[in-house]
Amino acid sequence: MFRRSEQDKRPQVQIFVDGVAVAARQGDTVSAALLASGRDARRSTAVSGAPRLPYCMMGVCFDCLVTIDGVGNRQGCLVPVAEGMQIEIQKGKREIGK
Amino acid sequence: MTVAPKREDYDVVVIGAGPAGLAAAATSAEAGLSTLLLDENIGPGGQVFRAIASTPVTDRNQLGADYWIGADLVQSLRASNAEVIQRATVWSLDRNLDIAVSIGGASAFVKAKRVILATGALERPFPIPGWTLPGVMTAGAAQTMLKSSALVPDGRTVIAGQGPLLWLLAAQILRLGGRIDRILDTTERGNYFAALPHAFAFLTSPYFAKGLSMMREVKAKVQVVSGVTELSASGDGQLASVSYVAGGKRETIPADLLLLHQGVVPNVNLAMAAGIEHRWDDLQLCWSPVLDASGNSSVAGIAIAGDGAGIGGANAAVVRGRIAARAAVEALAPASAAKLPAMATLRADLAKAERGRLFLDTLFRPARQFRIPSGDTIVCRCEEVTAKDVLDSVAIGATGPNQLKAYRRTGMGPCQGRLCGLTVTELMAQARGKTPQEIGYYRLRAPVKPITLAELAAVPKSEADVKAVVRG
Repeated sequence: MFRRSEQDKRPQVQIFVDGVAVAARQGDTVSAALLASGRDARRSTAVSGAPRLPYCMMGVCFDCLVTIDGVGNRQGCLVPVAEGMQIEIQKGKREIGK
Repeated sequence: MTVAPKREDYDVVVIGAGPAGLAAAATSAEAGLSTLLLDENIGPGGQVFRAIASTPVTDRNQLGADYWIGADLVQSLRASNAEVIQRATVWSLDRNLDIAVSIGGASAFVKAKRVILATGALERPFPIPGWTLPGVMTAGAAQTMLKSSALVPDGRTVIAGQGPLLWLLAAQILRLGGRIDRILDTTERGNYFAALPHAFAFLTSPYFAKGLSMMREVKAKVQVVSGVTELSASGDGQLASVSYVAGGKRETIPADLLLLHQGVVPNVNLAMAAGIEHRWDDLQLCWSPVLDASGNSSVAGIAIAGDGAGIGGANAAVVRGRIAARAAVEALAPASAAKLPAMATLRADLAKAERGRLFLDTLFRPARQFRIPSGDTIVCRCEEVTAKDVLDSVAIGATGPNQLKAYRRTGMGPCQGRLCGLTVTELMAQARGKTPQEIGYYRLRAPVKPITLAELAAVPKSEADVKAVVRG
């Protein structure tokens, strides 16, 4: 859906998406890194289980909700990637304790 | 790293580091007031100047000269003594000017003598069939990725809607080598006639020449279809095609990405939760705060600057930020106001920046069919409530958006009405034969962004606080 422009010279950052290593760039948000990865990053909603991807990328729609380093319901579009970050695509509602 | 505010009290707290917030914080700090700027994003800039201090897009022509104005604003801010905290989400502001802000998973509390709200705008909901499908995003979302990560669409891409941002985004995508298959222009034909009386001001504003050359640049490379109606997206769990009617003919085209845009509206959540009076704006079709000429709201001590004060664009936002900050300086340290540009000069700057706005508002007033959906089209994305659900609730007695919550949970999901509120108000107004003003809006309350119970429980408490809620 998206690809990186060649002029992007930012250093790589390795994150893990559902345990799989993914190359992101320093300064990417989690959502941008997921959309750039080409992986299926669709979450599913808490109400009906419908698949969703980020819609607004600016912190207002909450369709980018994702589990980051064990914490669920994080807005992926507001969180920058960090080396070794563990991301889980959130299926359904946040689990208690996550 | 995440840093809590250095003090508990400030002369001025500015919320939001977009055009208005950057200008307001720098002005206030330059005049010697203790100033704190809180912003939710990773870096300063808001949406218009998104990633201004970090963008990987180094060719300045690609983002355009208007973008790089933001770098000067950030420089002025950094040269001032303003304290700036990024990734700081303000979740409460009240009449006492007490502010609660979440930073790195912990909440801090600060008190201000004056608050300048610069929380800007968000894109107007665009509730067409299929707008919740993966692969459907806002134009602003694509622009955010372009500016902050140099990401461009590379699948079959359709841009649909209307307004200046749509053309700017299209030009930027093309300049960065991205792909656009088709642009579907939803501007109503009647709007051109309605806008005509306001054309002179627009033709003599800087927006005209810029807009025209950008549209030419895009139209030279992309097929543009005008007069588009009955737009919809479809696919099984993922966008597969976009369908529309133009010139009396239905057309369906395959698509991987659909970018929607029909203008921006004030982001009212924090202002409304603070109890600031808003009125329905019949031209801009949104809620705008009731403000005086300096941006002061109905709550003493809180001013609103930028697009949150009513959509005026980035140039107007910068000036409004300076006006609100100057008003704060006049109130708190009148002697220092002499250092700043005179209020009369700022007001003249604002009039200049707002020139042509009436024309744009009239020309790009979104069509009813794209604001007020019907049938199975989702209105509330979070709780997955359709237009029919809303109308059924009206039929059995729901009178307004707040009653509707009890019927359908509309607006009660994590986005707190940001993506459905305007649609619900207009839909219920139409169904009940009332004006949006009469129907009203959701009653918004803190926390305006979700925080965890653990974060709330960890908030420092006094003995009196504990006594007030613990028995025995």
